[in-house]
Amino acid sequence: MSEIVKAEGLTKVFNKHLTAVDHVSFSVKHGEIFGFLGPNGAGKTTTINMLITILKPTEGKATVLGFDIAKQNGAVRNVIGVVPQEYTADEDLTGLENILLCSDMYGIPRRIAKERAEDLLKLVELTEFKDKKVQTFSGGMRRRLELACGLINRPKILFLDEPTLGLDVQTRTATWNYIRKLKQEYGMTLFMTTHYLEEADSLCDRVAIIDHGKIVVVGPPEELKHSLGGDIITIGIKEDADVSELIGKVENVKEVKKENGSYRIKAENGEVTAPSIIETLRKNGYNVAKLSLTEPTLNEVYLEYTGKSMRDAEESPEAFRAQRMTMWRARH
Amino acid sequence: MSETNANSNSKLHGLWALTNRELKKWYKAPVIFALSIVQPILWMGLLGKALNIGALFDPNSGSFPPLMLSPPLTVGQQVQLGQYFSGFTKYMFGASDYFSFMAVGMVAFSALFTTAFSGMSVVWDRRLGFLNKALSTPVSRAVIIFSKVLSATLRSMFQAGLIVVIALAFGLQFGEGFNPLYILGVFAMMFLLCVGLSSLFIAITIRSTRMETPMAVMNLITLPMMFASNAFFPTRFMPDWLQTVAKFNPMTYTTDAVRQLLIFATDWGQVGTDFLYVGVFAVIVATMGIVLSWRFLSK
Repeated sequence: MSEIVKAEGLTKVFNKHLTAVDHVSFSVKHGEIFGFLGPNGAGKTTTINMLITILKPTEGKATVLGFDIAKQNGAVRNVIGVVPQEYTADEDLTGLENILLCSDMYGIPRRIAKERAEDLLKLVELTEFKDKKVQTFSGGMRRRLELACGLINRPKILFLDEPTLGLDVQTRTATWNYIRKLKQEYGMTLFMTTHYLEEADSLCDRVAIIDHGKIVVVGPPEELKHSLGGDIITIGIKEDADVSELIGKVENVKEVKKENGSYRIKAENGEVTAPSIIETLRKNGYNVAKLSLTEPTLNEVYLEYTGKSMRDAEESPEAFRAQRMTMWRARH
Repeated sequence: MSETNANSNSKLHGLWALTNRELKKWYKAPVIFALSIVQPILWMGLLGKALNIGALFDPNSGSFPPLMLSPPLTVGQQVQLGQYFSGFTKYMFGASDYFSFMAVGMVAFSALFTTAFSGMSVVWDRRLGFLNKALSTPVSRAVIIFSKVLSATLRSMFQAGLIVVIALAFGLQFGEGFNPLYILGVFAMMFLLCVGLSSLFIAITIRSTRMETPMAVMNLITLPMMFASNAFFPTRFMPDWLQTVAKFNPMTYTTDAVRQLLIFATDWGQVGTDFLYVGVFAVIVATMGIVLSWRFLSK
């Protein structure tokens, strides 16, 4: 089966008026890392919760490995692994006890569970801490333990909800490596949500950008970035004159915008185009004061499709918490 | 990582694992375990010894109220009063002393508090995300709820046994014709009561996301349930309206059954009625609690 997850018009409305997920359709292919990228409150967690059968969709349907998430939820639960956003490991239990608790929830016989637990502890490099209480674990260790718990039933697909939320940069990079290892060495399919642009960019084979419950675009990060039409050159000149037209005539330049006294230029092959822009300006008697060249990031992609930057869409933590409380209450 | 799952798919799998997770928090934490033992001792000491109701009716105690009358009673009157009041405690509480009466009430009392905490642990699991995690596994929804009920029940039963032992050390007197096998009856009764009570508390608290809600509910429910029953005082001396309330309170029947078994001359007809009432209460409330929670969890 090449399509592990297939969603068609999946919708979740809380409390009859709060539409968290609005008719999303997508598919996850075998062996890929598929990412849902969007700001907090965009509907990523709600989508994942429907796929892992915690929430029932209001409308639409989805299958996981061919099983309907609403009608065959028992079958779905058996073949998926879940790594939640929160640290769910029991603090009073040791690392190993937590993994065994997870295995019991899947009804895995103890003998097999113990073998698997040893392997998984080795995989996430927690073997030497397995008999320590989780209270003593660092954030990164807890994340790895969650990963191990999510793999105990040998799932065909692993769902990760914000796998590096709240981790520092180093730990985040280390966690990425564990996730890559799962894909490369075990050929696992992974579905993850994230609101970190770099994470989606460096980990995911394909990304769906989600905003206000809707998918705005899907594709491999490289392709999405490329579709914007090349690099971005920002240039400032010493003279007080409008040179937009002049720059626009340079080869490979696709678009010029004057912003706050400098020029934002979209161009293909930025490394080659930038020097020719400088050349042209100098020939016409203008002096370049500053220049920067950036390859487009997913933030530019997000900007292109939603009209706002990811960072602006990201509300303050307080506003986010308030919104989340509303979502919680709406559930009841 | 993809091979066939040879997992058991029995409807009850995971029940013991989840129950034991709760119990481990208790028996593996020495402080909490010790506190759960100290608590009934304290209560028994305070309620049974500080509220020394027995002394009020005991002509041999120095604090027998008529002795403080002025002018003082004559020796003849004292003897007469003494005869009149001897056996008064027996008439009032059905036991030879108030302490025995109250200590048995303690058994149901401790169950009330222990089961109330099972409601709190559901809220914790929700807040920490463990509940969602469990819901994404093949564990049955009913098992998730029932593991909470079962762990609270097992804890309460252990505490009940402990209270009887401690009360013995403090001077509990068994009734005539007491048989050690009756203790099993006490455990059976506790089982029924705890299953009912913890299902009730879980059904009430499962929807709340904040710690404050179950606390408020606990405070609201536990004390009235305790005092509108025969746990500390015989109901027949209460005002009519309170007697009516007590008549519907499962605590009354539990306490009565435990008293019948331990300290009264056992009236088996009464014990049967008690078991029937608490049994029906447990079945109805547990079914309701599990169905309500299940429906909520399957949203």
